[in-house]
Amino acid sequence: MISGRLMPMISLPLCLIMIRFDNVTKRYAGGHEGLSNVSFHMEPGEMAFLTGHSGAGKSTLLKLIGLLEHSTRGQVMVDGRNLGKVSSSQIPYHRRKIGMIFQDHRLLPDRTVFDNVALPLIVSGASRSEIGRRVRAALDKVNLLNREKAFPVTLSGGEQQRVGIARAVVSKPPVVVADEPTGNLDPELSEEIMNLFQQFNQVGVTLLIASHDISLVTKMRQRVITLNAGQLVADTHHPVN
Amino acid sequence: MARQPSRLHIWFFRHLQVALASLGRLSRSPVATLMTSTVLGIAVSLPAGMWVMLDNVKQISGSWDGGASISMFLKNETSDTQIEVLINRLVKMPEIDSVDLITRDDALIEFQQFSGFGKALEVIQENPLPAVLVISPTPDHSSPEKSELLLTKLNQESHADFAQLDLEWVRRFHAITDIAIRAVIVLATLLSLAVLLIIGNTIRLEIQNRQAEIEITKLIGATNAFIRRPFLYSGFWYGLLGGLIAWLLVTVSLWLLSGPIEKLTGLYQSEFSLDILGLSTTVTLLLGTAFLGLAGAWLAVSRHLSAIEPE
Repeated sequence: MISGRLMPMISLPLCLIMIRFDNVTKRYAGGHEGLSNVSFHMEPGEMAFLTGHSGAGKSTLLKLIGLLEHSTRGQVMVDGRNLGKVSSSQIPYHRRKIGMIFQDHRLLPDRTVFDNVALPLIVSGASRSEIGRRVRAALDKVNLLNREKAFPVTLSGGEQQRVGIARAVVSKPPVVVADEPTGNLDPELSEEIMNLFQQFNQVGVTLLIASHDISLVTKMRQRVITLNAGQLVADTHHPVN
Repeated sequence: MARQPSRLHIWFFRHLQVALASLGRLSRSPVATLMTSTVLGIAVSLPAGMWVMLDNVKQISGSWDGGASISMFLKNETSDTQIEVLINRLVKMPEIDSVDLITRDDALIEFQQFSGFGKALEVIQENPLPAVLVISPTPDHSSPEKSELLLTKLNQESHADFAQLDLEWVRRFHAITDIAIRAVIVLATLLSLAVLLIIGNTIRLEIQNRQAEIEITKLIGATNAFIRRPFLYSGFWYGLLGGLIAWLLVTVSLWLLSGPIEKLTGLYQSEFSLDILGLSTTVTLLLGTAFLGLAGAWLAVSRHLSAIEPE
């Protein structure tokens, strides 16, 4: 199902790796190490969970991918690009390739669902007709097409998170990262959100999802990267069925 | 793909959209917006109004420049026939273009009409006013130096009490208006600075209020230019609105002043009427304030926007 999309990519050796961490250390101003010597890589179209206790470094790792933070040592590569060499004026263009999803959704409260989802497209200068088409497609995927005129506060927590997901995928970024996307949701809604992620993964998006909900992560039968006190302590691949 | 809009179209449309969105945001808090723009309007109207008044004054003095005339006050004992002879002789002089006589009776009537001392004059039995010859030099002799020469010549006339060159006070008047112009420029500079700071501060507060929104848009890959744009437009609208209010204040003030001024200039038998803000002055005023708004916003944005980074 995905081979048609991925075959040309796989034939190019550079594109074999979408995300690569090479001995990455992140030390904060106070001397605290958020990440210590972390190395791993993800292939295009791969899906993985990032687990560990709070404070283990999950958020730090995701922030490095979105260039919200810079590594102190080591090299982070995303989509063939060394993030240490991205100038500050280039950061916005890098972030457009990463869909980011947060526990607190981070929606704009004074804009409608449609306008919130449209934001990445407006930012990158898409035409109006394209915006309309893509926003509706994204809202359709997360099953919120009928709420496009609603304001975020009128939506439930699960619905707000789905708006956040629609916003993250609307511009079809190659990489999507999510930081505790189900943190505030009950198990049933959490599973719904995870199923959504799986659907995106099936169309070739590289997904890295941070979650401390071990039981949910285990149920998904995907690769699990475990952090503890800033160090990568386990990286288990599940057989894809 | 034939109907795909061009990049320029998209760019133009996006700017229009942002400009209207900024205006819409301002209109959603009308009282605050109006208060800020009124402060700007008052600050701008002061130098603008003074400038217009000066412009009017310069216009009057300009009409004096060309035909600086000499007033020759005649001795009271001069008889009518002597005056007539004098006039005839003066008119024949090559330096003189024309001579107008204001007789003692004419002067009295005029004085009674306009000075408000009519009743006082009735008490005085005799007419205290002298006859005056208003002497206009020919264009060739109206330069300050040549008028001066003519003046000395006229002062030697036996019937003349004294002759006075009106240019003297035109010159002083010019000196005074020069000082006033300088003062208006200084005032305008200071108040422009005030406008810049007011708008800068207003935009700074707006940036603070929208910090979360700025962080989110940065997260999804907005460039600094994209984030800057709505704030710059806000500054532009504040400036333009301030300019409009200043225009309104100046126009109303001039209208209120025009009645008394016409009365005053009537006393000098002048046809002068107060000019209101012309089209070019209005356009300059509005463009100037809009530019100040933009500059103030730029100041705030360049200082405060880069400090906001998403976490």
